[in-house]
Amino acid sequence: MGSTNSTLSKIPNAGDLMQETGFSPAHIVRLYDRYKALDKDKKGHLCPQDFGAIKELAMNPIKQVCQEVLDFPSFVRILAHFRPVDKNRPKDPNSPEHINSRSNKLKFIFQLYDQDKDGKISRQELLQVLRTMLEKQVTEEQLESIADRTIQEADLDRDDAISFDEFRKSMEKVNIEHKMSIRFLR
Amino acid sequence: MRLLPTCPCFLGASLLVCVTLPLAAGGGANASQSRPAEINVTHVPVVTVKWHHVETSYLVALWILVAGLNSKLKSFFPESALLIISGFILGGIVWGADKAQTFKLVPRNFFYFLLPQIILDTGYFMPNKLFFSNLGAILVHAVIGTCWNAAAVGISLWGCYLGGAMGNLQIGLLQFLLFGSLLAAVDPVAVIAVFEEVHVNEVLFIWVFGESLLNDGVTVVLYNVFDAFVSLGGEKINAGEIIKGIVSFFVVAFGGSLIGVVFAILISLLTKYTGKVQIIEAGFIFVLGYLSYLTAEMLSLSAILSVTFCGVCCQKYVNANMDEKSVTAVRYAMKVFANGSETMIFVFLGVTAIDTDIWVWNTGFILLTLLFVLVYRFMGVFFLTWILNRYRLVPIELIDQIVMSFGGLRGAVAYGLAASLDETRIKEKNLMITTTLIVVYFTVILQGLTMKPLVKWLKVKRVSPTELKLIEKVNNRAFEHILAAMEDISGRIGDNWWTRGWKRFEDTYITWFLMKPEARKNRDYLFSIFHKLNLEDAINYVTEAEKRGSLAFLNQTDGTIVNFEKKLRFSGVMPDIMSELDFGEKSNISDIKDTVPSVSLNIHEHEMKRMNEDFNAHHLLQQHLYRSRKNHRHKYSRSNFSINQSEDEVQEIFQRTMRSRLESFKSAKMGVTPAKKITKHPKKDPNHKTTDKSKKHPYGDEDFEFSEADSAYSGDGGATGGSSQRRGTYTMGAGVENPAFMPEMDTPPPPWVTEAEADTSVAPSQGAQRYLPWSPRNLHRLAPLRISDRSTDSFLMADAPATEESSEESPQQPSQRDGTHM
Repeated sequence: MGSTNSTLSKIPNAGDLMQETGFSPAHIVRLYDRYKALDKDKKGHLCPQDFGAIKELAMNPIKQVCQEVLDFPSFVRILAHFRPVDKNRPKDPNSPEHINSRSNKLKFIFQLYDQDKDGKISRQELLQVLRTMLEKQVTEEQLESIADRTIQEADLDRDDAISFDEFRKSMEKVNIEHKMSIRFLR
Repeated sequence: MRLLPTCPCFLGASLLVCVTLPLAAGGGANASQSRPAEINVTHVPVVTVKWHHVETSYLVALWILVAGLNSKLKSFFPESALLIISGFILGGIVWGADKAQTFKLVPRNFFYFLLPQIILDTGYFMPNKLFFSNLGAILVHAVIGTCWNAAAVGISLWGCYLGGAMGNLQIGLLQFLLFGSLLAAVDPVAVIAVFEEVHVNEVLFIWVFGESLLNDGVTVVLYNVFDAFVSLGGEKINAGEIIKGIVSFFVVAFGGSLIGVVFAILISLLTKYTGKVQIIEAGFIFVLGYLSYLTAEMLSLSAILSVTFCGVCCQKYVNANMDEKSVTAVRYAMKVFANGSETMIFVFLGVTAIDTDIWVWNTGFILLTLLFVLVYRFMGVFFLTWILNRYRLVPIELIDQIVMSFGGLRGAVAYGLAASLDETRIKEKNLMITTTLIVVYFTVILQGLTMKPLVKWLKVKRVSPTELKLIEKVNNRAFEHILAAMEDISGRIGDNWWTRGWKRFEDTYITWFLMKPEARKNRDYLFSIFHKLNLEDAINYVTEAEKRGSLAFLNQTDGTIVNFEKKLRFSGVMPDIMSELDFGEKSNISDIKDTVPSVSLNIHEHEMKRMNEDFNAHHLLQQHLYRSRKNHRHKYSRSNFSINQSEDEVQEIFQRTMRSRLESFKSAKMGVTPAKKITKHPKKDPNHKTTDKSKKHPYGDEDFEFSEADSAYSGDGGATGGSSQRRGTYTMGAGVENPAFMPEMDTPPPPWVTEAEADTSVAPSQGAQRYLPWSPRNLHRLAPLRISDRSTDSFLMADAPATEESSEESPQQPSQRDGTHM
C-alpha cells in the first residue's frame, strides 16, 4: 500500500474525489494510471484524439461521450457513474446524492442524448442518436417514424421533446442498476 | 386452454405408446390376450372383432387421451401431477385386470426412448444468451450443489441407520451414498413441467433449469462411481480409486459436452448443404440429436449433457440455414415429441406405483429421506447463492432463493436410475425404488401444486408480459454500447469484453464455416422469406377483405385484383391495413378504393406514412439496432410458443424497400429522377465522429451501407459491404443504371449541406464521386453519392486507373481515420 499512498498523494484532490465518487484509493490510483496511459502527449488532460487511439472504441457507435476535453476529476466522475449501486454505503442526508445513484445515472445518459444541453431531448437529437445506433437498411423515413413514436410514447406535456422527468418516468421499469453498472468499478 | 396444442401431442404420444408398448409390456401374458383355442372355421367371417390384437395399445392411447382432456383442472393443478394421478388410475385398472403390472416404466425404455427428445427440445429452445451469461452460477449449483446433496443425504441416512431409526436393513455406507447420489439430481422434466406454468423471472428460471440440465454430468459420475465402489466392496477403496472418480467426472462432463458440440457442428454442416432436399432436412436434426445421445451413452459419458449442448449450439445455424418451412416443421415436431414423451413419462410414473412387487415400506427410511432431501436442498441453495451474490452485480434476493430451493424437483431420472440398480448387489433395491417414487410424487405433486400459490404469495418478480416501450429498447441498446465504451476507456476487461470477443470470433470464423453463404450474406436472411410471406399476406388480405365485404374493388375483374395484389406486395400496405381494419377504422379503405385501378404507388406512400404505428416502429427498432447484443424474448414454455415475431417487421421494411426500389426503377425508366432519399449523416456536428462511410449504390436509396467495419476489420467489413452491394445490384436486374442520373436533387438539399455542395447540381463524375468522400476532411461532409469500390458495375470497372488508386487509398484510410476521429 506504500506505493499506492505515494501515488495517491500525487493526485490532486484525491481525497475529495474519493469522497465524492466513492472509489477506493486503489481504484483511484488505477484510474490515474490509466488516465496517464491514455494521455499520450502528456498534456495533462484528455482530448478526443486520445480516445480515438483506443481502437475498440472505433467500433462503438456511441462516441459522444468522448467529446470534450477531460481532466482527471471529470474522467473519474464519468466513470463513477458506472459503479454498481452500493446499498451499504452510508448516506449522509446533507450531502448530495451519490454519483452512482439511479437518478444520476439516468442524468448522465440524458446528457449524452441532449447535446445542446438545453435540458430536453429534441426530435433532432433523438434522430441523431438513433442514426448512430441503427444499422444499414433503415431509411430516413423509418428513422423519423421511430423517433416520432419514441417521443410520442415518452412525451407527456406534448412539447415534442423529452425532458429529464419524462425520460426518467419512461425508464421506470428498466433495471438501471444492472444495465448501467460495471462490476470491476465496485 | 392447452387443449389444442395437446391434441397433436396425444397423437404423438399414442404413436409412441404403440411403439414402446411391446417392450413396456414386460412380456406378462394376459389371460385375455391369449389367442382363443382352435376354432372350427365353419363359415367365412365377414367381420371379426380382434380386440386382443389391439387391446393394450388401445387402452393406453385411450387413457392418454382422457388424461389430456383434463384441461379444466389445469389452472391450479400442474399438469404433471394430473398425469401422475391418471397414471395411478390406469395402473389400478391394469393391475386389477392382470394382477400384475404389465405397464411398468422399464428404465431402458425411459432412458432410450422417452428422455432424449425432451432434452433435445430443451436444448434447442434454450435462450442461449441468458444461459451462457449465467453459466458460472449454473455450474456452481449443478456441480457443487449436487455433490453436496448426494453426500449430505447419504451420510445423514447412514447416520440415522446407525442410530437405529430404520430397523434392520442390509445396507452399508456405500449403498447409502449411492442412493443419495441418485436422488440428488434435480430433474429437468419435472422442472419444466412445473415452472412452465409459473412464469418467474428469467434469472431464477435459468438457474434452476440450467442446473437441472447440467447436473446430469455429476449424477452420472456419482452413480457410476458409487456403483463401482459397491461392487468393489468397501475394502478396496483407496485414494487411487477416489482420484479416478474425480477424474472421471471431468471426463464424463466435458466428454459429453464435446460430443454434443461435435454433433451440433455436424447438424449445421448438414443443413448447410441440404438446400435441395428440404423435405427431409428437418428429420436430420432429430436423428443426429438422437445419435448424439446414443453416442455419449455408448461411451459412458453424460448423454443428457451431450444432447443439451447439441441443441444449444446448433439452433442458431440450423435456423439460419434451413428453409423457413423446415424450421417451423422442426419446431412443431420437437414440441410434439417432447410433450408426448413428457406425458408418457408422468403417466408411467403413476402406473408404476401400482405394483405390489416393489413396495417395501420402511417408515423411518422413507420419512427421513424426504426430510433430508428437502432440508439439504434449501441449505445448499442458500449457501451457494450467498457465495455467488458476493460476485454478482445485482444479488439474488431471498425470495428467489426460496423459490429456487423449492423448485428442486426430483423426477423420472431418479426413478430410472433406481430401477436400474442391480438387485444382487443392492439388496434393498425395492426399498430404494419405493422411496424414490415417494420422493418423486411428493415433489412433483405437492411442490408442483404449491409452487404457483407460493410464487404469488411471496411476490416473486415475474416476467413482465408487456412489450418494452420504444424508448426503453433504444436505451437498452445504448446502455450496452456505453458500457462497452466505458470498459474500453477504463482499460479493464469486463463481461462485455468476452461477449464482444466471442461475437467477433463467431462472426468471422464460425458462421463462415457453418452457415450457408446466402444465409451469411444476408444476415437478415429473412429477406428471402418475404416473397413467400408477402404472397401469403396478399392472399390473406384478399380473404380478409372478402370477409369484411367492404372493399368494392373485389367486385371488379381479376385483372384489377392481380394488380392490387402485386401492388400490395410491394407497397406493404397490408399489415397496416389489417390492423387498421381491426380497429374498425374505415378511413383508409376509401383511399384504397380510389387508388386501386392504377399501379400508382404514390398514394400508398402516404398511406405508409400515416400508418406508422407502434407496430412498425417497434419492430423496426428491434430488428435494426446494432447487433452487439440481441435481446431475446425467451420462450421456454412447452406449449406456448409462437413463430419469431420479428418476421413481420422485417417484412414491412422489405416491402418499403421494394416499393422505393420500384419507384426509383420506374422513375428511372421514365427518365425522371425520383426524389432521392439522401443519406443524412450526422455530419452537421463536426465533432460527431463517424466511422461510417456511406456507400450509396445506384439503386437502393435505403441500401446505404454503414460500413463501420472498415476501420477495424476492413477485410470483413469490406466483404459484407461488397457482397451486399452486389446483392443490391443483382436483385433489381434492371441493368446498369447510369449513375450520372442520380444526383439530380429535386428536393432542396438539407440545411446542413454546406454551400459548396449545395451548388453542385450536376452530377460529379464517377471518378470524382469515388474520390470525394475519402479525404479526411470530407469524411464529415455530406456527399450524396459514393459508389462502392467493390461494385461490379461496368461503368466503374472501366475506370481502371481509378481502381488502383482507390485500393491504394483504402489501406491508408484506417490510419487516417484513427487520427482524425475518435
